[in-house]
Amino acid sequence: MTLAPERTRTTPTTSAPTTPGINSRLSVTSAEPRPQRPEFKKSGRPNPAAHLSAEQIEEIGRELDALRQEVLDSRGAKDAAYIRKVIKTQRYIEMGSRAALLFSGVKVKGVRPMWWLGTAGLSVAKILENMEIGHNVMHGQWDWMRDPKIHSTAWEWDNASPSSQWKHSHNEIHHTFTNVLGRDNDLGYGILRVDEDQKWTLFYLFQPIWHVANALLFEYSIAAYDLELGGYLAKKNRMSDEDKAKFRADAQEVVTKIKRQATKDYLVHPAMAAATFTGSTRHTLTANIVANLVRNVWTNTVIICGHFPPGIETFEKASIEGETRGDWYLRQMLGSGNISGSKAMHVMTGNLSHQIEHHLFPDLPSNRYAEIAPRIRDLMDRNDLKYVSGNLAKQVGGVYWKVVELSLPPKREGTTRRATILRAAKRAVRGKGGAGRRY
Amino acid sequence: MTATLNRLAPSRRPARLAGLLDGARKVAEAIATPLVPSDYLDLIDPLRAGAELRGRIVSVAHETADAATITIRPGKGWLGHRPGQYIRIGIDIDGVRHWRAYSLTHRADASDGLISITTKAIPDGKVSNHLVRQATPGTLVMLDQATGDFTLPQAVPAKALFLTAGSGITPVIGMLRNHLGELPDVAHVHCAPTEADVIFREELRGYAAASRLTLHENHDDVAGILDLASLDDLVPDWREREVWVCGPTGLLDAAEAHWAEAGLAELLHVERFRPSIIEPGEGGSVTFEASGVTVDADGSTPILDAGEAAGVLMPSGCRMGICFGCVVTMRDGAVRDLRSGEITVADESTTGTKIQTCINAVAGRCDIEL
Ligand SMILES: Cc1cc2nc3c(=O)[nH]c(=O)nc-3n(C[C@H](O)[C@H](O)[C@H](O)COP(=O)(O)OP(=O)(O)OC[C@H]3O[C@@H](n4cnc5c(N)ncnc54)[C@H](O)[C@@H]3O)c2cc1C
Ligand code: FES
Repeated sequence: MTLAPERTRTTPTTSAPTTPGINSRLSVTSAEPRPQRPEFKKSGRPNPAAHLSAEQIEEIGRELDALRQEVLDSRGAKDAAYIRKVIKTQRYIEMGSRAALLFSGVKVKGVRPMWWLGTAGLSVAKILENMEIGHNVMHGQWDWMRDPKIHSTAWEWDNASPSSQWKHSHNEIHHTFTNVLGRDNDLGYGILRVDEDQKWTLFYLFQPIWHVANALLFEYSIAAYDLELGGYLAKKNRMSDEDKAKFRADAQEVVTKIKRQATKDYLVHPAMAAATFTGSTRHTLTANIVANLVRNVWTNTVIICGHFPPGIETFEKASIEGETRGDWYLRQMLGSGNISGSKAMHVMTGNLSHQIEHHLFPDLPSNRYAEIAPRIRDLMDRNDLKYVSGNLAKQVGGVYWKVVELSLPPKREGTTRRATILRAAKRAVRGKGGAGRRY
Repeated sequence: MTATLNRLAPSRRPARLAGLLDGARKVAEAIATPLVPSDYLDLIDPLRAGAELRGRIVSVAHETADAATITIRPGKGWLGHRPGQYIRIGIDIDGVRHWRAYSLTHRADASDGLISITTKAIPDGKVSNHLVRQATPGTLVMLDQATGDFTLPQAVPAKALFLTAGSGITPVIGMLRNHLGELPDVAHVHCAPTEADVIFREELRGYAAASRLTLHENHDDVAGILDLASLDDLVPDWREREVWVCGPTGLLDAAEAHWAEAGLAELLHVERFRPSIIEPGEGGSVTFEASGVTVDADGSTPILDAGEAAGVLMPSGCRMGICFGCVVTMRDGAVRDLRSGEITVADESTTGTKIQTCINAVAGRCDIEL
């Protein structure tokens, strides 16, 4: 797993848009607008922004900056009350579900009602904690409240990945390099080919399996991913002692976190259930396992819908050099997709169903994305840009289909897919240019 | 048998109890992780013993047109105070938490366990206006334990003088309400723009009418700003009195000069509500390293304010340079002390230099560890 190098700051610390409240990470400005974009990407696919002049792109940037400022200026007591209410609700759901599980072994007419209730509640609690609360708090969406209990630097989430490591790989790398091939590791997580422009290797032939396994184990794969475990294993021999030591310290942190999480879910709570003498120990254990699985599959589902559904663009490494603020916004809009649905669904996705709005303004409070969504859509319509959105079934279906379709190599003239696969397999068997090389 | 038990009990029982409590704490932590047990307990009772100190506003009573007394029920962890001391209160305004210091004005021996502060709304003042005009009973606020040494000594002085102006009456009313009976001889000079602006007017006049103190009110709009030279007439024996002064910067600076000139500086106790600021310098950019935030700040903005405005979790206290509750490490760059203009440059040979963020502004640029 290649770790995207830290982006060298394009803005010296003394320069402009670092007024209080503006996230310095977002200040990807360069003084000179770039020349007209080429009509086609290197891969031969059309460039979706080719019709926009540099000036139009900068205008989009200005419009979005103004919109962002508008929301910043109107943040207030109502927003603070919202997140506190979500947190309070989540904690009560969790406590209630955990209490129910103490009696999860009790059978009434052949079913264990408390198991079903507790498992459902715990799944919802974990999802809320990870999505609408954890993800968004760690983005700094609520830092402006200056409540040390709801602050990006203080939050630790109910997930295997320690928040410090997640924040680095997610906030700094994924959000900066959104959908840039070879830069944004979130693009397929290094195990999936979700874009035609990703090079096919034999490894991807089995990606439907990788994908399902990844979804089931999502919290652990995120932890491994944030830890850059793959990169370590691949480059161990070439790494400096310093980097190795850093990796070991990070790994220790992950192990400690996983231990703590597992002790809570799989040891302490089942043990407490034993004290009710209702035969609930085993059932509490299964309830925790199921709740974690449900959370894993759900979060994975939401997240794949953010960047992989059909119609969402990817970008070449070279295309982001000297990116202006307008360019950056443009890439975020074209590289993300929304999920339409009910209010409850938006909350359960942590408002990542408003992925486009979130990627434009990762640190605006999540409860405000819904209200700016129509304005973003309007802006994209006016500029002839595709606002990708669809209901959950459609978006998920699209991704699953891609996972299957792109597991096969692209069609090339003069050869069949079958032949390409066989050639790759032979090479793999002979041990040259392995099946495992995926980057 | 009994004898053995008795002999063992005193030494073992506390140890066993401590062990048990420690075990219980560990289990509670294992249950709550990644949160902590108090995150759940706070939902149920934010004022319980062992919780972070908080309070709930019980009432807001107007004293004058722009001053109000806010009565608060503190959490069970409240340790009490010495009259004259202040607390810090953290209150959410438009969703944003603001911390300010306020002197305690209630009777320390009141049986209801309530505490109070008295706030005067200042023009454009964020917190003071909110407390006086918007705060409602039932609101939960953050608190700190009482602190400060603007208090009466153990051995009360034979003769005392209180010199106050505006909201500077607050720490002094705390002392009067609690210790007036023990003070044999009290003179009080209080200044306010008009008669109607005198906070606790009836109460003070009541003390004077009962000959418990001699009161002189100076209504600035009528009589002009108090000239300390007139003390010779108002309180002829002022040189013999231990004196407590609290009010705006002008009065405090004048009093310090006046008592120093008389060679009596050791009799003077001063409580400042805000630092005296000199001409600001250039300003520049402040980087908060751990938070990954860089902001531009002018030469008159304390780094504390600049950081808070950018959503950085800044430690703070009195916000005026006396408590050192805001000290952080500056790794690089330079800051200017707003009170003296003195420049502090980060010491690069060590891991950094400690600075108070509440009274330092950036000078050029600086990197803060937070
Ligand atoms: C130890 C201590 C005890 C205090 N006790 C009391 C008290 O009992 N009652 C009380 O009313 N206040 C008291 N204060 C002052 C209080 O902490 C706040 O500074 C005051 O209420 C103004 O806060 P604000 O948020 O309303 O003003 P801000 O929004 O912070 O400031 C608005 C403007 O007013 C100026 N300003 C700030 N403070 C003052 C001030 N004190 N006087 C005049 N101008 C100011 C600022 O420079 C700014 O221009 C005390 C302060 C300290 C340090
Ligand atoms: S906050 Fe008290 S010294 Fe800075």
